Amino acid sequence: MSNTSSALRIVWIYPDLLSTYGDQGNVLILKRRAELRGIPTEVVEVNSSDSVPEQGDVYLLGGGEDRPQILAAERLRADGGLARAAARGACVFAVCAGYQIVGESYAGTDGSPLPGVGIIDIRSGRGQSRAVGEIVADVDPALGVGRITGFENHQGRTAIGPQARPLSTTVKGIGNDDQTEGAYQGQVLGTYLHGPALPRNPQLADLLLRWRVGQLNPLPPAWGERLHDERLAAALR
Amino acid sequence: MSELPLRAQLASVLGRSAASLSRATGRGDGSVIGGRVALKVEPDLLTKLARGRRLALVSATNGKTTTTRLISQALREFGDVATNEHGANMPTGHITALAANKSAVNGVLEVDEKYLPQVIKATNPTFVVLMNLSRDQMDRASEINLLAKKWRTTLAETNTHVIANADDPLVAWAGLGSANATWVSAGQRWKEDSWCCPECGAHLKREVDPHWECPECGLARPRTAWAVDNDSDSIVTPEGQQIKLRLNLPGDANRSNAVIAAATAAAYGIHPERTVERLRDITSVAGRYTSVVTMGVEVRLLLAKNPAGWLESFAVLDPPRVPVILAVNAQVSDGKDTSWLWDVDYRVLRDRRVFVMGERRTDLALRLETDEVPFEVAGRVDEVLAKLKADRPDITKVDVIANYTAFQQIRTAYGRVQ
Repeated sequence: MSNTSSALRIVWIYPDLLSTYGDQGNVLILKRRAELRGIPTEVVEVNSSDSVPEQGDVYLLGGGEDRPQILAAERLRADGGLARAAARGACVFAVCAGYQIVGESYAGTDGSPLPGVGIIDIRSGRGQSRAVGEIVADVDPALGVGRITGFENHQGRTAIGPQARPLSTTVKGIGNDDQTEGAYQGQVLGTYLHGPALPRNPQLADLLLRWRVGQLNPLPPAWGERLHDERLAAALR
Repeated sequence: MSELPLRAQLASVLGRSAASLSRATGRGDGSVIGGRVALKVEPDLLTKLARGRRLALVSATNGKTTTTRLISQALREFGDVATNEHGANMPTGHITALAANKSAVNGVLEVDEKYLPQVIKATNPTFVVLMNLSRDQMDRASEINLLAKKWRTTLAETNTHVIANADDPLVAWAGLGSANATWVSAGQRWKEDSWCCPECGAHLKREVDPHWECPECGLARPRTAWAVDNDSDSIVTPEGQQIKLRLNLPGDANRSNAVIAAATAAAYGIHPERTVERLRDITSVAGRYTSVVTMGVEVRLLLAKNPAGWLESFAVLDPPRVPVILAVNAQVSDGKDTSWLWDVDYRVLRDRRVFVMGERRTDLALRLETDEVPFEVAGRVDEVLAKLKADRPDITKVDVIANYTAFQQIRTAYGRVQ
């Protein structure tokens, strides 16, 4: 990857397979919230036919239907770039189908377990019912993010292993298992809040940026904060 | 159709009464309730009502109401056509449409994507017309890869003649299930759901539009008989004849619908020149593309329900001087998830005045802020017009792009304009 060493390198993994519903939003918001603070960014889109560069700062994985999910997992495992980047300490933000495949295993089309990329200690299976709707959860206080909201639409259920921690406690919605939502381990963070999870939760976007660049200047509240408050109120009404 | 069994006749009569009651009491246009009542009395009614007709079923993510209207307009060359032109596109709506017009030999039915396999089996149609598949209301709709697979399997089990858009890989793959197909190059602007091979999943080679092929399994765009040529506003027939369209519906999406309609009408035996002539008479479809003049301003209503639809709508916006109102709701029939707003690129709106409206206008506001598109927040169309007139008294036109219930709310405010 050619770039100036100071730019924050955002790598969007497989938009051709894992970009089902607004996943682009996470790329755009991360870029915007960095640039508003004077941090230059470089966005690299990596299609499933390309190899994953290892020198990125933040890797983003989105959602996908069953078949694209399986293909993405197979290709990421064969490529090895994402696992090497994570081993180097890069930040990985994975959503929905992407969240499942960065774990140790996830459910294939018939429900039997398939191997994931294995960069976070979680195992996903298939639930009895589909979880669809607005979700609200309180993030682990250690992360300083507070309450998050989003939309979930998945059949998966996820168990968190001893190396990882749950990202949050579910207030409304299903998440991992009705109790917790998402997981993190080092700078690998996954969630069932699908699509534009970062636009809907600016404080989560800022957590990822803090992990990469340290303390951030505060930004004046804008539409992102307003949407966050509005959706939170609507979901809990 | 006069030899309909007694029970089926009774069912249709009851259905029609319920439909008129629904219309008379102002509860709806009667398309759904009528069919529901009739189905209770005779579950095989759809099959019985379809028997002996030459039916075309029309399905797609976008453009199915308009294309259904275009095809039926062409077929009226031969007389009455049974059709669900109000867009009630599930079996109850099909029953109402067929029962309302028992003598029509030709029928054109818009069919919800998910119901297509079931309706193909029930009606044994002469033609199945397929245009495009893209992400739409994912909180309640099926995954489109799964949908395409079901279409493909059903078509493989029937001898129906398929008329399909070869430029959409997912649609083409579904249509290839049929042994008998007419391929149309109808174009594809939204490509975000078809970068990968529907057969094996490999990244498709899409170097020169509209061609596509899979480098791994060899699946490729079928050779087309018909084509749309947007640059010259015309269609090209299998004989190589170029016919100017000059439609009164805007945009490439409608040129695409028109070439599909011409290919379908030709399969019924109507010369494409005649079809195109008849299509020019259509100026709006169930309120879509209609213009309302209010407070001396022409307000044009564009319905767009998903990212592909918004992309098409941006392409038909009037020159930058014309302001645009974007309106988004997230009720059940819109899909309760607004994530799709992030799949659309709004930067093309930077040089015009933009207003955001609807129950989810804050989602739109953040989306536009992120794309650095200046905008103003509004509550109602009238309010926007008043503001615009105050700033520029000579304003003559405004475009409105709205998703389903937001569109219906605005349309109702102007008296359910057609």
